[in-house]
Amino acid sequence: MVPLSYYLVLSAVLFACGVAGFLMKRNIITIFMCIELMLNGVNLAFVAFAAHWHRLSGQVFVFFVMVVAAAEAAVGLAIIISVFRTRETLNVDRVNLLKL
Amino acid sequence: MLHLALFSFFGAICVAGAINLLAQRHPINSALSLIVVMGSLAVEFMLLGAEFVAVIQVIIYAGAIMVLFVFTIMLLNAGEEERSAGSRIAVLLGVPALLILMGLVAWVLIRQNPASGTVAAGALPGTPPEIGRLLFRDFLLPFEITSVLILIAIMGAVVLARKEH
Amino acid sequence: MSGNLSVGWFVLISVIKILIAVPILLGIVAYTVWLERKLVGHIQNRWGPSRVGPFGLLQPIADGLKLFFKEDLTPPYVHKALYLLAPILSLTLALTSIAVIPVGGWVTIRGARIPLQITDVNVALLIILGITSMGVYGVALAGWSSNSKYSLLGSLRASAQMVSYEVALGLSLVGVLILSGTFSLRGIVEHQLGGFWNWNIFGGGQIVAFFIYLCAAYAETNRIPFDLPEAETELVAGYHTEYSSMKFAMFFMSEYANMVTVACLASVLFLGGWSGPLFGPPVLQALLPVFWFFLRVLFFLFLYIWVRGTLPRFRYDQLMAFSWKFLLPLAIANVIITSLVVALRS
Repeated sequence: MVPLSYYLVLSAVLFACGVAGFLMKRNIITIFMCIELMLNGVNLAFVAFAAHWHRLSGQVFVFFVMVVAAAEAAVGLAIIISVFRTRETLNVDRVNLLKL
Repeated sequence: MLHLALFSFFGAICVAGAINLLAQRHPINSALSLIVVMGSLAVEFMLLGAEFVAVIQVIIYAGAIMVLFVFTIMLLNAGEEERSAGSRIAVLLGVPALLILMGLVAWVLIRQNPASGTVAAGALPGTPPEIGRLLFRDFLLPFEITSVLILIAIMGAVVLARKEH
Repeated sequence: MSGNLSVGWFVLISVIKILIAVPILLGIVAYTVWLERKLVGHIQNRWGPSRVGPFGLLQPIADGLKLFFKEDLTPPYVHKALYLLAPILSLTLALTSIAVIPVGGWVTIRGARIPLQITDVNVALLIILGITSMGVYGVALAGWSSNSKYSLLGSLRASAQMVSYEVALGLSLVGVLILSGTFSLRGIVEHQLGGFWNWNIFGGGQIVAFFIYLCAAYAETNRIPFDLPEAETELVAGYHTEYSSMKFAMFFMSEYANMVTVACLASVLFLGGWSGPLFGPPVLQALLPVFWFFLRVLFFLFLYIWVRGTLPRFRYDQLMAFSWKFLLPLAIANVIITSLVVALRS
């Protein structure tokens, strides 16, 4: 038996790491990966709560999160590629003009 | 006991992977540590009995989304991350902010936690038929809406990545 | 899963099964290489290996020894850790999938019923899909860490190709899943027992799915006609150009182990697994299913080699168009039709 709070703390740690990376990192691809990390932390909380309350809906929500993550990755990476094509950099500090 | 040991072991791998993701400067190393995090999260799901979610986590996250990331990194030949003035400030403020956020979220979660808050290993076996029944009956509308979302995402990706003539 | 067995016995029996299965798998891998050289030789009017042992049967051992004694060199300017990790990852993942494949029914030893399978999980098919989808990393990292343009091009092609064909592969299996109603490979085979008219390919009407599965699986294992990632004539050897000695051997073995997995999966999903006529004394009855299963696997391996000796390679745009514009719509149509038929029948 593991206390539910252990799972929640793990999920919080992962989420916080994601947030920190999102703020600290300068490479646009890594920033994007940090968002995925946050989503993963949330997924863990969903599954833990599902096990705790004996409701499968928690596990179903994980699927929706995954679908959104997949859609986000497809569009986001396409944006990254087109940003790289026009500016030839992946550093977010250098992507500071709305129009070239 | 075994459950706690496995939980701690893979939890430690998760956290180590997440911290490595922040510490590494090359995006491909970050991507690999994220894959490690996702793999050990799948084991955590398995411990909670969510075997279907665990396998889907590996197939979708580690096997499809992260492949896209690695592919993009290889395609753009992304090198080491540049450090700029902005990133130094972000590190100075970000690390304490990270700790505060972590503590805060954990504290809120533990406080809100009901008294008898323990979960057994394999507490809720999420078998494919049951999840499917739930997904296609109770959550039919969200399911259909996500399919539209996916369609829009596909079209968006195609439009964005197309070469301009 | 373990049924009436205690945990200790279950672990012991599993270890024994692993110790039996892995050497057999490696042996099949080695002799598939021999079979391939021999058959392609005959297709091209040559003899193939004929010097080492009768019919060149000891050739795999000679090859292994040769690869083992070659100089194991690491080129300069590679990313060392990932360069080492890539072949290990490839081989490990390729050998892991055998764990969930059932090779026969049940045997009873001293009152304990033991399945002829390392472990029976109820999401076995998804586990295999997960393992194959992780296999992309071996190829992608090999190409990227080698720091060579041929390797990089090969691995870029490979990752795009494997991700694209994974979609068609996954969808082609949905028809079988609808018919059998389970992800367990044992359950899928048990659903098809009792004569060839019960096999999914005939009785289930999954012949289109079978075709899609074969095409997608050939692409997943980087075999001709989809061997763009290692196209010798354009890319030297693709993602493993910079590898030598045992590291190269690991890639080689993982490719053939993946072929064996594909062959096993095709037999299990579409051709009724180990089903076949049983006769004779009890020992023979226990071993015959394994023989029937092995026969099917051999057929698929032969098919692989036959196709290799016959078909030319696709062009890259043709490869992508074939997956997205032909296989994917066909797979979706198959899913719709199968589910309609099943719904109308019930």
